Amino acid sequence: MSDEALAVGAPSGRVGRSFLDSERLLAVGGLTPAVVYIIALVGFPFVLAVVMAFSDVTVGDPTLDFVGFQTLRQVFDDAVFWRALRNTLVFTLVSNALVVVLATALALILTKDFKGKWIVRLLVLLPWTTPVSLATITWLWTLDSIFSPIDWFLRQVGLLEGNMIWLGQPKLALASVIAVHTWRIVPLAAVIVMAGMLAIPTELRDASDIDGAGFWRRTFEIEIPLMAPIIGVAVLFGVILSITDMTVVHVLTRGGPTNYTQVLASWAFYKGIEGGDLAQGAGTALFLLPVLIAVAALILRFARRREVL
Amino acid sequence: MSVVEVRNLTKEFGDMVAVDDVDLASREGEFLVLLGPSGCGKTTLLRMIAGLEEPTSGEIFIGGERMNGLPPRIRKVAMVFQSYALYPHMTVARNIAFPLRAEGIDKAEQDKRVRWAAELLGIDRYLERRPRQLSGGERQRVALARALVREPNVFLLDEPLSNLDAKLRAAARDDLLEFQRRVGITTIYVTHDQVEAMGMGDRIAVMRDGKIRQFGTPEEIYSDPADTFVATFIGSPPMNLLRGEHRVVGFRPENFRPIGEFTERDIPSTFRFHVNRSEYLGSDRFLYGSVEGFDENTKVIARVPVSSSISEGTTREFGVAATDLCYFDPRTGTRLRGNE
Amino acid sequence: MTATATLEVQRRRAELRRVWGRVGLYVLAITAALLAAFPFLWSIITMFKQDQDLYNKENNPFWFTLPPTLEHIQYLFESTAFMTFVRNTVLVGASVVLVTLLISLPAAYSLARLAGRWGERMGIAIFLVYLIPPTLLFLPMSRVVASLGLLESLWSLILVYPTITIPISVWLLMGFFKGIPRDIEEQAMVDGYTRAGAVMRTVLPLVFPGIVAVIVFAFTLSAHEFIYALSFISSTANKPISVGVPTALVRGDVFFWQSLQASAVFVALPIAIVFNLFLDRFIAGFTMGAVKG
Repeated sequence: MSDEALAVGAPSGRVGRSFLDSERLLAVGGLTPAVVYIIALVGFPFVLAVVMAFSDVTVGDPTLDFVGFQTLRQVFDDAVFWRALRNTLVFTLVSNALVVVLATALALILTKDFKGKWIVRLLVLLPWTTPVSLATITWLWTLDSIFSPIDWFLRQVGLLEGNMIWLGQPKLALASVIAVHTWRIVPLAAVIVMAGMLAIPTELRDASDIDGAGFWRRTFEIEIPLMAPIIGVAVLFGVILSITDMTVVHVLTRGGPTNYTQVLASWAFYKGIEGGDLAQGAGTALFLLPVLIAVAALILRFARRREVL
Repeated sequence: MSVVEVRNLTKEFGDMVAVDDVDLASREGEFLVLLGPSGCGKTTLLRMIAGLEEPTSGEIFIGGERMNGLPPRIRKVAMVFQSYALYPHMTVARNIAFPLRAEGIDKAEQDKRVRWAAELLGIDRYLERRPRQLSGGERQRVALARALVREPNVFLLDEPLSNLDAKLRAAARDDLLEFQRRVGITTIYVTHDQVEAMGMGDRIAVMRDGKIRQFGTPEEIYSDPADTFVATFIGSPPMNLLRGEHRVVGFRPENFRPIGEFTERDIPSTFRFHVNRSEYLGSDRFLYGSVEGFDENTKVIARVPVSSSISEGTTREFGVAATDLCYFDPRTGTRLRGNE
Repeated sequence: MTATATLEVQRRRAELRRVWGRVGLYVLAITAALLAAFPFLWSIITMFKQDQDLYNKENNPFWFTLPPTLEHIQYLFESTAFMTFVRNTVLVGASVVLVTLLISLPAAYSLARLAGRWGERMGIAIFLVYLIPPTLLFLPMSRVVASLGLLESLWSLILVYPTITIPISVWLLMGFFKGIPRDIEEQAMVDGYTRAGAVMRTVLPLVFPGIVAVIVFAFTLSAHEFIYALSFISSTANKPISVGVPTALVRGDVFFWQSLQASAVFVALPIAIVFNLFLDRFIAGFTMGAVKG
């Protein structure tokens, strides 16, 4: 039988190295759609956003005239911007600190076996699986200045007279936003941490039992250090979600009372869409990036250093 | 007084019986091996002794005291796992110190004991390293140090050599045995490797399907098997088994030799051995074939001197001395003793 | 005390610890479930409440003072475009999942198999892209979408949402592909398939939990998305749930609370149930992708 006949018989007709065979070409080909997509729909708009921040574009004046730092100076001059920047950082820090503790505890609980676990899991997932806007609306009623059931309950047990005005009082409004963020992110973070927990070999737990470690020592000296990288990943997700979020603030307080709870994302929205000043909106939102990159870099470095498995 | 004893020990996981009414008693300072194929229950048995699993029924005694319901740390047992289970994020020193910290021993005493254990096992220069920087053999020694430092009553080892290269295994076996002889602590060792078991154990418990089929010294298990399972599990190549009308007869390959090599006093039984294949292994030669009068599909193996001239395709008279024959019940496989 | 007696004490103590441990576990589990879900559990009551019952601050919010009613739920389904919103969200979600998989799978495979530095660098680049948030991009993106003539259309969302889902999906899947040895596809190539064919037949099925994770994640992300939807679409017929419900049920200062709560419950529960069904797969996906990748 000739070589040719043999070649024709094989399923791929290997007469030459075709595109579908070459590892190099396939890899490049596989990446191309993703790269093109990202460049077109993220890279390009990003550049556009930067351009907008250095222009005076508004809804009324859609031309992109270059104005140097003028727009950015206007952004900085507005005191609300600085409040928004501060709030962005504070909300993220506080809610994610809470998320770390709660999500780890939750992961510890959910990795054990007990009756009714399926229902508990379902209920615990609800904050994450509901669309943000709807979940936050539910909280709107829960924190209503007149009809809040929390207030009603507190009144019944005699701890309160009147109402708490959760969303109207500046300090309470801040706390409410942080609470809703935390409440929303914990399920996702817990799931991620659970993945990390399951990756710990069971023999390590057995060994610590033999070595005489009780529950607390085992959890804090063995399990949590080994989970540090994955907890880092969970926090990273949480941080990204909370820094870039405008929905919670928008729905809950509209940034109020009087811009007290504004964050960069929501402030950019109000400036840009409701205020019509697209340039300032873009300029404000631009500052999300350095914050994000700084926090992400910190977390990744922390996680990388703890990689031992 | 036996250090470890189990009575009527049973462990069920749902419908599955992992350990089935087992009785076992170890002697002080001995190296006791639990040997058997995967799933025979040996690891479960070990874990119950350790306190990692609670038995469904039956009792466990260590040092004469009943241990049921007590957590591992109170039992004063130490365990070495297949993967050694070293804490990857801690240095060797902290790994070894961990059980001492759990006991609440003060720092100075901890350091003293860690140093002592490390020196005993020759790993004191690795104290500041991390487990991933060590070789397999070194990790085993760290695991042993961590076990030793608690001054346990019993050492439990769960297939600690199976993760090592074949080459390293022999050396590691030697190290382990020497270590055990030196510290003299009763050791229970689980393995599926019968060569390991035979080489290391003072006594071996051969297990299958949750039961102990035979418990005895390597000599007893080899020459005096309690049933066909033990007979074929131990020894490489395994014992030859020929199925007759009323019973199964067994003999080891090295006892199956050309009839000319026997004297009258051996009272040899004769077999006509049809040789199909001759296998040369350097130090041994094995002849594979079948025996007339029995099922021709039953492989029979003979071990002959390397220089033997018996070739493939020939038929010869072979024999087995009377004392080297074993008889087994054809249905149950149990050994028949007494008048054969 | 004799040795045996001390052991008896220890035994009892160990038993107690076990029992209290179980009790503690249940208490914590129930607390966690209640804390997480109480807004919804309470919504389930609220959505059946009559107006006079609800708008009375003296009444017990956790139970009915006046008999429950279905009128608000009826309102939701009959007098608002709720079902349209649901349809839109499902359509967009499914399409986005499809686009995401089609683009992410080859990309993740390539990154996992590409040698050394290149693979690392590209991986980091993709991650950095993920950091660029929609709350920054929505302004210029509106112009892009407008110039493409896609404003007011669901296609604008289908086009743009993958920018959110692709980076994270690639990252998840990359870890997966890395965990699968080359031998498998090489074996298939020896058997006569092209590399592409080999991968599709042998590697893809092994990556299945990762794909499940991506499907769940991508659908959730696109159902949640708010700001793009808000910016691109103003006609009711084309709104997804996340913007449709708030705008349809909030007229100025008037909130149709019961219907709002009802919508939240009807959307949240099915998604949560599905998520829960696939949770184990999802976690397996994360374990492979995030932990080992």
